[in-house]
Formats: sequence, structure tokens, C-alpha cells
Amino acid sequence: MGEPGTKEVLSLDELEAVAGQRTGRKHILSILVENKPGVLTRIAGLFARRGFNIDTLAVGPTDDDTVSRITLTLDGAVHPIDQVTKQLHKLINVLKIRDLEPRETLARELALFKVSADGASRAEVMQVCEIFRAKIVDVSKRSVIVEITGTYEKVEAFERLVRPFGLIEMARTGEIAISRGRSET
Amino acid sequence: MRAVDALMECLKAEGVDVVFGLPGGANLPTYDAFYDAGIRHILVRHEAGGGHAAEGYAKATGKVGVSLGTSGPGATNLVTPICDAMMDSVPVVFLTGQVRTELLGTDGFQEADTIGITMPIVKHSFMIQHPLELPRSIHEAFHIARTGRPGPVVVDIPQDLSRADIPYEPVTDVHLPGYQPTTDGNQKQIRLAAKALANSRRPVIYAGGGVINANASAELTELGLADRFPVTCTVMGLGGFPAPHQQWLGMLGMHGTRTANYAMDEADLIVAIGARFDDRITGKLSEFAPRAKFIHIDVDPAEISKNVPAHIPIVGDAKNILPRLTAEYRALGTDPSRLEEWWSRINAWRQRYPLGYTDSKDSEIKPQYMIQALFEATGGDAIVCSDVGQHQMWTAQYYDFPAPRRWINSGGLGTMGFGLPAAMGAKVGCPEQTVVCVAGDGSVQMNMQELATCAEEGIAIKVFIMNNGYLGMVRQWQELFWDKRYSQVEMGQWPDFVKVADAYGATGMRFEDKHTLVKDMQEALATEGPVLVDVRVTREENTYPMIPAGKPARDMVG
Repeated sequence: MGEPGTKEVLSLDELEAVAGQRTGRKHILSILVENKPGVLTRIAGLFARRGFNIDTLAVGPTDDDTVSRITLTLDGAVHPIDQVTKQLHKLINVLKIRDLEPRETLARELALFKVSADGASRAEVMQVCEIFRAKIVDVSKRSVIVEITGTYEKVEAFERLVRPFGLIEMARTGEIAISRGRSET
Repeated sequence: MRAVDALMECLKAEGVDVVFGLPGGANLPTYDAFYDAGIRHILVRHEAGGGHAAEGYAKATGKVGVSLGTSGPGATNLVTPICDAMMDSVPVVFLTGQVRTELLGTDGFQEADTIGITMPIVKHSFMIQHPLELPRSIHEAFHIARTGRPGPVVVDIPQDLSRADIPYEPVTDVHLPGYQPTTDGNQKQIRLAAKALANSRRPVIYAGGGVINANASAELTELGLADRFPVTCTVMGLGGFPAPHQQWLGMLGMHGTRTANYAMDEADLIVAIGARFDDRITGKLSEFAPRAKFIHIDVDPAEISKNVPAHIPIVGDAKNILPRLTAEYRALGTDPSRLEEWWSRINAWRQRYPLGYTDSKDSEIKPQYMIQALFEATGGDAIVCSDVGQHQMWTAQYYDFPAPRRWINSGGLGTMGFGLPAAMGAKVGCPEQTVVCVAGDGSVQMNMQELATCAEEGIAIKVFIMNNGYLGMVRQWQELFWDKRYSQVEMGQWPDFVKVADAYGATGMRFEDKHTLVKDMQEALATEGPVLVDVRVTREENTYPMIPAGKPARDMVG
């Protein structure tokens, strides 16, 4: 496929990527990196070049100011996770990678939703918010802004429920995660 | 002292005795420091030539090569050598000049984002942001280039920082918490591998360039001879196992021998050592070695199970692992006669499908014969560099390499124009040895300017151009797969290479008669200084055998 030596014209279907070893679930990678310029570029570049797709990405400081934590999620149904982590390990500035086990991990993301809410629907929106323990942080005549934290799935579920009211816009941080129990992530 | 003087001290501390480079505005301070640093600097005619020369030096000597260029175009000219070094795991440190820090990001004169441009093709890179960082970064660059899976490291130095006055303290350690290559190899896995070898009835050892990089050819040979294990190498691994030899199957891959490719196809156990299951080896991946289990030994864990899932992975340095594997295997005391059936199968292929060609009836030089003649003229004892194309494959097929670091070519990236400057670097690194370059008439023109460097510096390389007037490999593919529609492959009759040699201060020769070829070549080899020989060969000859791209080994043609 795609060989310069073969003459036949390729159909678009044939261009579909060949599957490697896929786990089929969402993976959260927690990556500790040296806090140096260009590190995020190296990681983003590696993903682009190897054809890995990042679903969400969050970067922030850790308790050690020479080290940053990158939390990224990607789809194990599409990517060979093993190959992703091995390639990441080859980057000199990457100190540690954990492929977090879902059951032993606490993951949260923060999202802001701007939802249409005029007289008639406002009460209903507020009810949904209450069920999800979301906070209304801004109110105007015809809309509200809702702040919600939770797992990726919870935020997804919330989105599905408020969308019918008229979702004006939405901003999500992507998940950050930490392992449960005493030991370090 | 100035940061650049500290740089010289660092280079000396790393044992650098020669660098290849070309000055410009942004690295003027560095060149001022070279003026009396006592390090040999070879002024190349194009940065790409310098980059490939540093690669040739590194491949021939096993030491880290050093190549320099200025900012902007100097650095972009180095992109091809950097990528080449990445693909073939060659330890080279590239030092590039950069514009003054106040100009960074302003599209200043000769500014290019060298770190950004090279990021996907380096093992690592350093952008110097403070002059005090320079010494440590240089040592870390050498450490990273040399250790683990070797590769290119770029250090980009802004002009103003390189002029800064700094207190210099020799750096004696490196601090790279995120870089700890595994070298040891897990003993349990090694034992498992030994058992698998003992149980196999149709084993093949498949070695790649990693064996050369690890300086583990003696250890590979030991393992091969621990029993009658058949051994094959990739184009990067040639010389890793001494050829010719009873247990040597010839080269593996697209233009390897049928014996080697068929043996892989029918093997029940494949021991891959420092090899990465490139598409030129596997052919159609889903039909590659369908009956085999795989032991994969590599220093780079990311190579293991990248293309082919390994049953027994062993991460580490081949030099460390192979003797332990050999010892474990010997301790099992297996019966070598279990391999007899396998050898009779292999020997049948050998007999039926030897490498061969139809010789000309007249005095015309067949390209394959040209390599055989070169083997004879050099006594099989030269360092042979090559460009990329048909001539490269014929050299790999017909020149038996008895030892490692004798065969220097661009395998992964397939860089035309690699051979001549690489030969220059190899000769600088190994002045006592005969260094020849087998070039293509297309390839050689991509870095021919380095002949001037050779003439000025007295670097006596002998370049043999296999001249068929075509971009031969492309022509072959157009003949075989594109209905002979020869599109843009005919090179015509220019230049006159003998005159080119003359103009560059080298000796030019032209050989056209096969009957006198060996003697003529000996004369060229005995001529002092750089020599450029135009060898006229059969124009439309194909490199066979061949696995058509994307096909399995069984579909080999020719």
C-alpha cells in the first residue's frame, strides 16, 4: 500500500491506517517532564509525526518547580498505547510516564457551559445543574454560565442534557488525574 | 574565558580531534576560537558535505563525529545529514550558529528556527539560552549522541552568547534524569531465548546495524558459531558477521539473496539483533515469516514490537547480552544434528539460487563485475562507502565484508550524495586504510564539491563512479512496474568526470574495458591523492533478485 513501485491507483479505503495492537479503551497518561522550554512542542511534535491523536491535554506545575505534569487522554481503540509510551520515553526531557489504571485513578476536568435560559427554561436548567452539582456562575437575561467539574464522562452527560436548551458555547480543560492511595502517581 | 573557548575545551575533553564545518556570520566567534584551539578543522564546500563527512568519520571509527554550520542556510543545509544520522543511528554532534538573542524571532538576517526545523529528526537538541549552560550542554550532547541507541544531537548557539565571558570549570558529570538507557538485558529473558534456540529446528539469526554500533560483531559471530545457526544481516549490518562463511546466508531484504529471504520465510525462530524490521526487510508485513517466533534484542525499547510482535523481547546492549545468550545456550548442550534438515533445505536454495548475472560477450563492464573487480583490486580489505541506488545494492551483494565498519552507506534515509563526503570523513578517521567510494553518476553530483576539500586537505579517497547514464534504480522501477515509461531518468553525457576531477585537483580516469579493469583499478588505488574514476558500465542492467515493494519474500523475482 502506498508503495512507489506499485502502479495501481489507490482507493481511499485502502489508505485507512493498518491496525496495530489496540486496547480499545480510553487511556489517561500522566507524564512528568522537565520544566524546560520546548518540551510541550517535542511531545506535540512526536504525536503529530507518529500519527497519534490527542483527545485532551492539560499541562500544569507540580509540587516540584523544575517538573511539570502533562495529563493527556487518548483513544486506545485507535492507537497502540504501548508504542506511544515507548516513543514518549525516548524524549530526553520526559522523566516519568504512567498509563493510569482507570479503577485506581481519580480524574477530573473543569468545564464552562454558556446555555440559553430565558424565563421558561431557566428553572429546568437550574434543576439539571443541581442534579450534577454544577454551579451557575453568571446569569444574564437570556443565558446562564454553568461551571462543572467531574470526570470526562460526567461532563459529557451534562452536555447532552443541556444541549436541548440551546448550548451557546462551551470550554473544557481536559482531564487531570492522580492515582488513588498513598503512592505517587 | 569566552564561551567559545570553553567550547573548545569541552571538545578536547570529549576527545574530538577533527571537525567538519563551514563558517558564517553567526558562528564567527566559534571560528575565532578554532584559530588557535589545536583541533583539526576541515573546511568543507557545503555544510551537507561536512555533515555526511562527520557521519562517515563516526561510522568508520565508532567515535562521535562533529559537524558545524552557521545559522539559517548553514543549519538548513545540515538537515539532510541530521535526518540521515537519525535514521541510521549515527552518533554526530551538530553545532549550529544562531543569530543574536535580541534578533531571535524577528526574522533576522540568516535566522531560521533550527531547533524547530530539526526537532523531529534529532535524538535530542539544545538551544543555548545562557552562556553558562554551554559547557554542560556540550557534554550532555556527546553523552546522548554516543550512548544507548546512538543518534544526532544539535546544539544551537546564539552568536552573542558565544562571545560572553564565563568562568569555566571542567564538567565531569552529566545530569539527565530523563535519560537512562537500559544496557543490561534481563537474565530471565536471556535464558528463555537460549531455550527457544535450543528447541528450534529452523532458526535464523537476523542482525542489523545495531550490532555494528554496539561493536558486537565478535559476540554475534560467537553466538552464530555456538551451533550451526544460519546468519543473515541487513544492509546496515554487513560486516557484523564475517563473509563469506559456511553459515552466512548473504544479505537479507529487498535485494538480498533468495536463500536469506526464503530462510526467514520458513524459519520457526528468528533472532533479531539490533534490527528494526524495516519494510525493506519484511516486504508485505502480514505475510512476513508466518511460521516464526521472534526473539528481539535491541537497546531501544520502542523498536521492540513496533512492526512485528516479539515473543521474547530483550532490551539492552548486544555486546552485553550476546555473550550471556551464547553461554546460556552452550550450557543447554543441545544436539546440533537437529539442524541438519534445515541446512539441507538452505543448501538447496544456495545451490539453486546463487547471486549471478550474465556477463558481456565483449569488453563491456557489467556493473556486478565492477564490484567483483573492486573486491579483487582491494583484496577485500578496503573501507567501502556508497551512495544510494543500484550501485549501492550491487556493492552490498558482491563485496564480501569480512569485518565491521568496512561498509558505510545510507540505509534508512537513502541519501543520494552521501558516499563521497562519507568516504572523506572515513579516510580522515582511518588514514592508514584504503577508503573507496562506489558512487552513482547521479548521486556523485550531489556532493561532488567535496573533491576540492579532499584535494586541499590531501584526503586520498578513491571514488569509482558506476556510470550508466541513468538514475538507475528509478529507471529499473519504471522498467519493471511502470511500463518502461522512462520519465526523467536519463542523465545524458555530462559532465565529463575526468575533467571534473582535473578541475578539482584530483586525478581523473576512465575505465571501459572489463579485461583490464582489475589492473586499472589497482593503478587508481595506487595513485596518490584523491582519484575520481568514471567506470562505464552496461546501461540498462537490473538489480536482482528483488522483492517487489509490498510483496512477500516468496514473490521474489530475478
